[in-house]
Amino acid sequence: MTDLFTLPNVLAGVIVVALNGYVLLGGADFGGGVWDLLASGPRRDSQRALIAEAIGPIWEANHVWLIIVIVLLFTCFPPAFAALSITLHIPLALMLIGIVLRGSAFTFRAHHGEDSAMPLYWGHIFAIASAVTPVFLGTCLGAIASGAVPRTGGTDFYGGFIAPWLTPFCLAVGALTLALFAFLAAVYLTVETGDIALQEDFRRRALAAAVAVFVAAGVTLAVAMRSAPLIARGLTASVWALPLHVVTGLAALGAIGALWVRRYRVARFAAAAQVSLILWGWALGQYPYLVPPTVTIVEAAAPPLTLTLALWALAGGALVLFPSLAYLFRIFKGQLDPEGTA
Amino acid sequence: MTDLLAARSQMAMSLGFHIIFAMVGIGMPLLMVVAEWRWQRSGDQAYLELAHRWAKGTAILFAVGAVSGTVLSFELGLLWPGFMAQAGAIIGMPFSLEGFAFFTEAIFLGIYLYGWDRISPPAHLASGVLVAVSGALSGIFVVIANAWMNTPAGFNLVNGRMVNIDPIAAMRNPAAFAQTLHMTLAAYAATAFVVAGIHALRLLPDPRNVFHRRALAVALLVGAPAALLQPLSGDLNARVVARWQPVKLAAMEGLFSTQSGAPLRIGGWPDESTGETQYAIEIPKGLSLLAFHDLNAEVKGLDAFPRADWPPVAPVHIAFQIMVGLGTYMALVAVWALVLMARRRDLTGHRWLLRALVAAAPMGFICTEAGWVVTEVGRQPWVIHGVLRTADAVTPMPGLVVPFVTFTLLYCFLGAIVARLLYQQVLKSPTTSEEGTLDTVRPGEI
Repeated sequence: MTDLFTLPNVLAGVIVVALNGYVLLGGADFGGGVWDLLASGPRRDSQRALIAEAIGPIWEANHVWLIIVIVLLFTCFPPAFAALSITLHIPLALMLIGIVLRGSAFTFRAHHGEDSAMPLYWGHIFAIASAVTPVFLGTCLGAIASGAVPRTGGTDFYGGFIAPWLTPFCLAVGALTLALFAFLAAVYLTVETGDIALQEDFRRRALAAAVAVFVAAGVTLAVAMRSAPLIARGLTASVWALPLHVVTGLAALGAIGALWVRRYRVARFAAAAQVSLILWGWALGQYPYLVPPTVTIVEAAAPPLTLTLALWALAGGALVLFPSLAYLFRIFKGQLDPEGTA
Repeated sequence: MTDLLAARSQMAMSLGFHIIFAMVGIGMPLLMVVAEWRWQRSGDQAYLELAHRWAKGTAILFAVGAVSGTVLSFELGLLWPGFMAQAGAIIGMPFSLEGFAFFTEAIFLGIYLYGWDRISPPAHLASGVLVAVSGALSGIFVVIANAWMNTPAGFNLVNGRMVNIDPIAAMRNPAAFAQTLHMTLAAYAATAFVVAGIHALRLLPDPRNVFHRRALAVALLVGAPAALLQPLSGDLNARVVARWQPVKLAAMEGLFSTQSGAPLRIGGWPDESTGETQYAIEIPKGLSLLAFHDLNAEVKGLDAFPRADWPPVAPVHIAFQIMVGLGTYMALVAVWALVLMARRRDLTGHRWLLRALVAAAPMGFICTEAGWVVTEVGRQPWVIHGVLRTADAVTPMPGLVVPFVTFTLLYCFLGAIVARLLYQQVLKSPTTSEEGTLDTVRPGEI
């Protein structure tokens, strides 16, 4: 175990923790936008109002998890950041456009002027951007997992900048990411309202999203077997693979079961656990590689002094961050725990 | 358009756009907090109305700042992977610290904006103070990283690679203090002068309006001292540039040949082909005095450097003239206002001061954009001064004109919407219902 907890490994682990924070919190905010897009039925307007109320005070803080991921990546693993930025320029740029439009449109809608058409218009942009952005995020993660990022050299534009991410596997991961975010959001939203009818709306949506997650995960795994042997091997062959899959499966079943019997707090915990386990399954599946199939965590690591200082900065930052986050969520989410809220 | 030029243009456009929102994110929280504090102390509803309106404007601007800042953190790699591969390990530190400062700012801004009725007044005010402090810290950390690009420190250069890196020494680079001071003051001065200018405009036809009087007073309280101190911090920067980036100073001044007792040039047009700066007003020995505090000091001209290391001279010189000119105007207006305030005069009775403030409204932001042209274009052809050339840092991806045009259109669209929303939501005068509180106004009160 001693060589597992090296400085580079610990920092790589912290990056996955931050990514986990982004997925559970920021991801659910994107999922909220998806349900805004799909709002329907007699309570369509109430659904949208609940989503806006749930994410309004917290989406900016939730978004910062992504910034933490990026700055830690370029501080602690600069060559990996450079490689990702070159090969995945196009999907990252598209994701950024989505991030820009989602955040600004949400704010514009909340502070719209007297023009009565504007809120609707911004609502659409917010919702569409929320649905598109996770697909590109997932596509990028899929490209990393499938070992397509390191440049082989001598390739043309298509081979160097499009082929690495425009694959069935990457798109499947994109779809899975979207389904997971929508699932998280629907589960969280059941806890956000006291209105039973509205709660039922999101319960049905959560169950539907759970089916979508199941299908997308199945397709992703099937495609991985064919075209991403690296991740498929990581997910199936190692010693921890089976127990991890069993626990992930139990969490998924627990979330669905809890939704079924309307134990929403339990469902929220199980859903968050399920999504986190999927993320960690991917991360552990490609260990010790940061950018498979060639760049390991150790090879990409910055000098030890940088890593040590980053760790100190993280410790100091965490001392400020976690009490602040707890305060934020206590004010706006009642007595609910900070990790489990949209 | 070459890929390098497209990448530089995209970076310049992204920074030029983001800096406006970033500065507002530093300046507005301070105005907000001062207004709320005065409301809590005096019970004057006009201050509460101000805090509410400023918070609403801040919410819109902060959101655009947050997402455009995210774009920038990715663009460091999307456009300059060669820079980040080398520099990430050494200047990642201030960016990491900025990440946490920004996190704190976002958390407490959420609490501030949505928490008016949920937490106690002192807790609410304290949240605002935390937004203001963490906003200023975010800016300081990012500017430290930029200062390092101008005066790189904390490593040994061996065969073109940076080794023995020390991120703390890198953060303590020679330009760090001068640049962060200059930028922080700029954020307060620029934001507060826009606010002051808007309310001065409203006070010209309606000088008894309590709401606008309060707004002007708070804005000047923040903006005037900042604008007054700014030339001093500018002088500090100029001396750092003179010592560490003499070629940038030569471009700023349009000084082509090395000379002792170099003159200070005001205005003029530097022509790289003839090596002369024409049509300038020259103050004898002025540059030697300002840059080195010695009338006869030798100042290196562009001729002391290989042509390949020259920045584009004309844009740097002209941007510098704009910054100094408008900044001087702002400082003079600040002195005028501060003198009147010190004598407890009613500012709204001085219509020429109000007009001067209206004229100054956009100047802080113009100065800032011009100042960034000086520091960034003036650093060319280097991305890390003397270490890494910009051309060697750019991504190998072809067709960079496409993302440049795409993001430019996106930002133009956002800029237009923000302007429209602010006009509709924030700038409109409250109705004259506040006239009833007129009796509480004392002349010269701030």
